[in-house]
Amino acid sequence: MSPSKLVSLSEAVSRWVPDGAAVAMGCAFEALIPFAAGHEMIRQEKKRLTLIGPISDILFDQLVGAGCVSRIQAAWVGNVITGSAYPFRRAVEEGRLKVEDHSNLTLAMALKAGAMGLSFMPARTALGSDLFQTNPGLKTLTCPFTGQTLTAVSAICPDVAVVHVQRADALGNSHMWGNLGVTREACLASRHVLMTAEEIVDSEVLLSDPNRVVVPGFRVSAVVHAPWGAHPSPVPGYYNRDHEAFLDYQKQSRTPRGFDRWKEKWVDPVGKGYRYPELLGKDRMEALMIQHRRPSVPVDYGY
Amino acid sequence: MEDAYTPVELMVTAAAREIADEEVVFVGMRIPLLGFLLAKHTHAPHAVGVYELGVVRDTPAPSSILTMGDLPNLSGASWLANTDDTMGLLQRGLVDVSFIGGAQVDRFGNLNTSYIGGWRSPGTRLPGSGGACDLACLAKRHIIVMVHERRRFKKRVDYMTSPGYGEGPGWRAQAGLPRGGPSAVITTLGIFRFDEDSCEMVLASVHPGVSVETVRSQTGWPLKVAPHLLQTPVPTEAELAVIRRFDPEGYWTGSKKESIPFVEEARSRKKKNIP
Repeated sequence: MSPSKLVSLSEAVSRWVPDGAAVAMGCAFEALIPFAAGHEMIRQEKKRLTLIGPISDILFDQLVGAGCVSRIQAAWVGNVITGSAYPFRRAVEEGRLKVEDHSNLTLAMALKAGAMGLSFMPARTALGSDLFQTNPGLKTLTCPFTGQTLTAVSAICPDVAVVHVQRADALGNSHMWGNLGVTREACLASRHVLMTAEEIVDSEVLLSDPNRVVVPGFRVSAVVHAPWGAHPSPVPGYYNRDHEAFLDYQKQSRTPRGFDRWKEKWVDPVGKGYRYPELLGKDRMEALMIQHRRPSVPVDYGY
Repeated sequence: MEDAYTPVELMVTAAAREIADEEVVFVGMRIPLLGFLLAKHTHAPHAVGVYELGVVRDTPAPSSILTMGDLPNLSGASWLANTDDTMGLLQRGLVDVSFIGGAQVDRFGNLNTSYIGGWRSPGTRLPGSGGACDLACLAKRHIIVMVHERRRFKKRVDYMTSPGYGEGPGWRAQAGLPRGGPSAVITTLGIFRFDEDSCEMVLASVHPGVSVETVRSQTGWPLKVAPHLLQTPVPTEAELAVIRRFDPEGYWTGSKKESIPFVEEARSRKKKNIP
């Protein structure tokens, strides 16, 4: 019997996200963003992180605002429903943050190369664009078979991929459904995987549907029970997107003082015991719950 | 007799009319998303939507959404997969049309969504490419949706996030791009097409109440005008009903006070009443 990987959020972040780590997050785009884990990095005052992800919504902006980040490798950083994000803008414009500009496809290929144990992956995107000026991980190459010009995307192998899933067991097997984005590649490319989950379930539940397992348990270093751990982003089967939270954050983060007030309200009080659901409150959680259930029909893996 | 409509509703309608039935459409957010939904409900019921986060759906989401990852957009999808799956469709050449927005555009349709004032010491940092660069490089054609202001319509963009026709004829092929290029630019003032020989943006249609002089004054290069200049058709009542069904609070189309910068700028032009 393998040992349990189930630990508290603070233990997991303390052990697997050291200062200076390269961290992949937000790999499922607008859904399943690991806000709980990101906020724990803010509480632990992590420094000099490199953040890796396609779009991240506001999570990258929050870590930048809290002073945790020195470098970002991403296709887009902002607030999806409003546009530009203020702390990110301030940090880049004041020269405090390095950005390596990807497109969604080049970022996916960088992680794919990492996942496949390759030094690069070819792509046909970005050719002629200025992404080549602001990302040393993009070069052109000539296809040895066709002579076509291709983009070579240098591999990214994060120190840790932080992912939020619907359910996991104590060994790190997990079910994730919805749009997966680059989650699978990120988990396979990373040295470690830190997994937060809405529910901890028996292994039997996960083994009943192995197609839905996002990455095999042996690749996972820590499992954390973090209900509402992706709020305000949506989690298929659990809760909807909390648009108001994104709008509130946009207003508050306009100034550094406002950002601090947001952090004092939503990050600091959660503490070591992970009291986020209490902070969120029953009414707000109820309003976000799934209204129209649509369970899938089970499949048969028998023999 | 037409209803009152907002400038953004006019743009959504124009975007929808760029989509033909049975086309595979790479759908972005905001105006393009509404344009796709409108097309599905009017002249293009068999259009298929592909979303960069790994979603394919051929029916509209069952209720209104603000991001493509909202749960109604996943419920009843025809395929939930990975980014490289949907990006693979695009890279293989299976996407007919895509839509992208930008902060700056130039006369060859190059777009900037990354740095204002150049990247070495940017005056303003914008969010970046997301999937825009991929859509501009790899779709069979793409359509640009923009607020029309002189500071945005530049002779040359400060940074080329998403290539249009680069520096003119032949540039895309020389760069190694397999296909594509912008086919139209839909702005708050008019609709533009690209000259086949020069690859330059040409004013093809002005929105009701907008003069060619106004468009010229808001454009940072000597703008060419099509010999048969059209007036953009206004949205029909049926089209407006569909748009308002999917944007019931006017979050994107601008009938609600609290809203996004894009809508705020467009809304400064206020609702128009067409006699």
